[in-house]
Amino acid sequence: MATLIVMPRLSPTMEEGVLAKWTKKEGDKIAPGDIIAEVETDKANMDFPLEDEGVLLKLLVKSGDTVKLGAPVAILGDKGEDVSALLKEISGGAPAAKAAPAPAAAPAPAPAAAPAVVPAAATPAPVPAAAPVVSDGRITASPLARRLAGDSGLDIRAIAGSGPGGRIIKRDIERALSQKNATPAAPAPSHAAAAPASAPAAMFPGDEQVPMSMMRRTAGKRLVEAKQTVPHFYLTSEAPMDALWQFREQLNRAAVASGGEKVSVNDLILKALARALRVVPQANRSVAADGVSDIKHERVDISVAVALDDGLITPVVRNADQKSVGAIAKEVKDLAARGRDKRLRPEEYTGGTFSLTNLGMFGIREFYAIINPPESGILAVGAVEKRPVVVEIDGKDEVRIERRLTLTLSCDHRVIDGALGAKLLAEVVRGLREPMLLVL
Amino acid sequence: MAAHVAPSASTTPAGEFDLIVVGGGPGGYVAAIRAAQLGLKVACVEREHLGGICANWGCIPTKALLHTAETFLALKKGAHLGIHCDGLRFNYGEAIAHSRRIADGQQRGVGLLFKKNKIEHIKQSAVVKRSAAGVSLQLGDREVRAKHILLATGAKPKNIPTLTPDGKDILTYFEAMNLPAQPASLCIVGAGAIGVEFAYFYNAIGTKVILLEALPQILPVEDKEIAQQLQRSLTSQGIAIQTGAKFQSVEKTAAGLKVRFTDASGQAREEVVEKVLSAVGVRGNIDSLGVEAAGIKVERGFISVDEWYQVRDNDGRTIPGLYAIGDVIGGALLAHKASAEGIACIEKLAGLPQTAIRRVDYSTMPGATFCRPEVGSMGLTEDKAREKGLDVQIGKFPFKVSGKAQATGETEGMCKVVLDRRTGEILGAHILGGTASDMIATLTLARSAELTVTEVLHTVFAHPTYAEIMKGSIEAALGEAIDL
Repeated sequence: MATLIVMPRLSPTMEEGVLAKWTKKEGDKIAPGDIIAEVETDKANMDFPLEDEGVLLKLLVKSGDTVKLGAPVAILGDKGEDVSALLKEISGGAPAAKAAPAPAAAPAPAPAAAPAVVPAAATPAPVPAAAPVVSDGRITASPLARRLAGDSGLDIRAIAGSGPGGRIIKRDIERALSQKNATPAAPAPSHAAAAPASAPAAMFPGDEQVPMSMMRRTAGKRLVEAKQTVPHFYLTSEAPMDALWQFREQLNRAAVASGGEKVSVNDLILKALARALRVVPQANRSVAADGVSDIKHERVDISVAVALDDGLITPVVRNADQKSVGAIAKEVKDLAARGRDKRLRPEEYTGGTFSLTNLGMFGIREFYAIINPPESGILAVGAVEKRPVVVEIDGKDEVRIERRLTLTLSCDHRVIDGALGAKLLAEVVRGLREPMLLVL
Repeated sequence: MAAHVAPSASTTPAGEFDLIVVGGGPGGYVAAIRAAQLGLKVACVEREHLGGICANWGCIPTKALLHTAETFLALKKGAHLGIHCDGLRFNYGEAIAHSRRIADGQQRGVGLLFKKNKIEHIKQSAVVKRSAAGVSLQLGDREVRAKHILLATGAKPKNIPTLTPDGKDILTYFEAMNLPAQPASLCIVGAGAIGVEFAYFYNAIGTKVILLEALPQILPVEDKEIAQQLQRSLTSQGIAIQTGAKFQSVEKTAAGLKVRFTDASGQAREEVVEKVLSAVGVRGNIDSLGVEAAGIKVERGFISVDEWYQVRDNDGRTIPGLYAIGDVIGGALLAHKASAEGIACIEKLAGLPQTAIRRVDYSTMPGATFCRPEVGSMGLTEDKAREKGLDVQIGKFPFKVSGKAQATGETEGMCKVVLDRRTGEILGAHILGGTASDMIATLTLARSAELTVTEVLHTVFAHPTYAEIMKGSIEAALGEAIDL
């Protein structure tokens, strides 16, 4: 029985997707769980798995086409089956996506086929990614399947479920394990094998296990990867902020008078970081994907961490060293707003060269941030606060009250050594101490 | 999400019906109704009574008889409860008549369900025909085609050459549940579920019963320990049980039927009884189906099918449009197994999405034997699990410890669970005693949902119930039993 395959919801916010690439072609046999295409969504590139079996009779869209959610993309059926009626139905504008599932009262909910997020960065996937996530993002798996997956260090989200309603059951874990074992051990960089084999958290009365959002899962994977594979080291310094404070007041008076964007302390710090990277270009680099070369960046693209209700997104301010602080202020405001609405395009939150994160507004004095690979560093910014400072005036130590800021730089030691990191941080501090440098 | 296009019942006419089911038993009638629910136009060919063996000659009427036996025994032994039944009598004819009334009611019930679901009952014998045009059915003088034909003709008693039923003295279960008079003595050959249930029934109502089994244990598919406990119990009730016994011959003599067999030690024995019941097993009911002419593959008396119940031909290829389920394909001979296969087969051929099809998981198929103490079981026996090389953990909880069992006097038996030590998987469960056939549903559900021991331990079971015994057995396996 020929069946229309429609564009599934591959991310919580997806309304349409670009069919980036067909991974199966017409005439290919499909088994449940097979990935038939890669789809670019608002969040990332996703695998598009099928829950059914059959033969891919017809592809209805080309690679690169943008397809609305629920619109037909292919026809699945038995070999040699006539699809003309279905094709007519589609061209006739019939609501194909609403074609009734089976006659009358089908007892079980039709299985949703939304796959797990695949990290945008091409990480070596240990098992074929195709988690049967129902449309609300929940993964259904039997307790036994969860336990088996946990015991063997398998990521249950990457497994296709074949049980009732697409539930992941023991059989699916066993299949994934046998596939994993059958795959010759890739000469992966030593870190790839280091799956987090932490013991499952004990549940107590009142505890509730809630599935993580797609965004959180992706972020989680990437953070684990970063923290486990990037050798972090941390440098902390303090910047005097009185000059910058006054400078910002002047800027904002001018901005208000001329109808321009008001500038935040964070915008100025971003500019100071961008300037420092221009002054110390050796620190503006990344480890290449091959792990044995590094990439020197000409561009200075700063990723800015923006907190969301459930997660974090890092939109990128491109060529921040060349932009005025006013332009940066405007851009950050726009990116952050759209980031919170989850309306950023992938190219707007990928491809930075260095990151900036700021928890000052929460009164945090200082903190140590995790690098966002393949970037080589991240600057963690605390709160601007008045602190007692010992200054020497006329050969005498005196305590004065000054606005100060603690900055902590996390560096990837593979490309930034201590001295180089210190030099970069010193340039950031210098930009803040002498804010005129930021507008030169 | 993929949109699934419904198979249309009307667009590609291949005859009057989308589906014709042959056989109106628990496999066939359930399949027919499921198909009707899914929008197919269905007919069911049943030459005899709707409901099949189950409703007419099997599960249901025998349960009526067993209930009679239980009630009789309970009243007989009621003195210690303060129930004195002076002049308690058992009337065999009335008991049989009661069980027949129950069977008739069952039959009418299926007829009503067919009406409700607009399923046509064709009271005919069917013969399968194959031609270039496909599969069809010969129903009397007319040939009928349908898109799908499902064979669910069930099974019939198997004969061994030395024991040929004559319907009068040498019986099958048909006659054994409908005798004109209660026999004074009965030898039952075969101690599977049928043999054991009849042994229990006739012994309970006062017939002298000898039960012969060729294998080393009664109920050979059950866990050894459970079977041994049951054997001890039935023996103490008065049934003479011979396991490892080889039936030799039966001879009609003036004194009655002389049954010869060799016992487990190899010694020749003979017993004279009034009747002999052959309960040596069943075979597929295929005699009048025309399987040979149609080129249908038959293996050890059962129709050969693939994983989706498509019938195979003699070359091992599936025959398009022809399916078979239930006893006629062999496996565990259980009504609920036939029903489950019927539903899976229909959902597959109706084109339901793969993950919506209620595919049969044979590793959770429950079995039950309705003697007292009752047997309910599912999954692997301890021996099977060890044969598979699994890291087995066993838990047992006896009924006699249970407060409920003490109160009801049902202190025989136990619940035995077979667990995977490493994963906490419930591999099997075997219950003897209480309401074992009902109780087993709980652990069947647990296994089917792939719950582990953890989830069961986190579930509260009401007190005082037999159900607590199941939880107790899992606690016992982990060495955490409260009441042991």
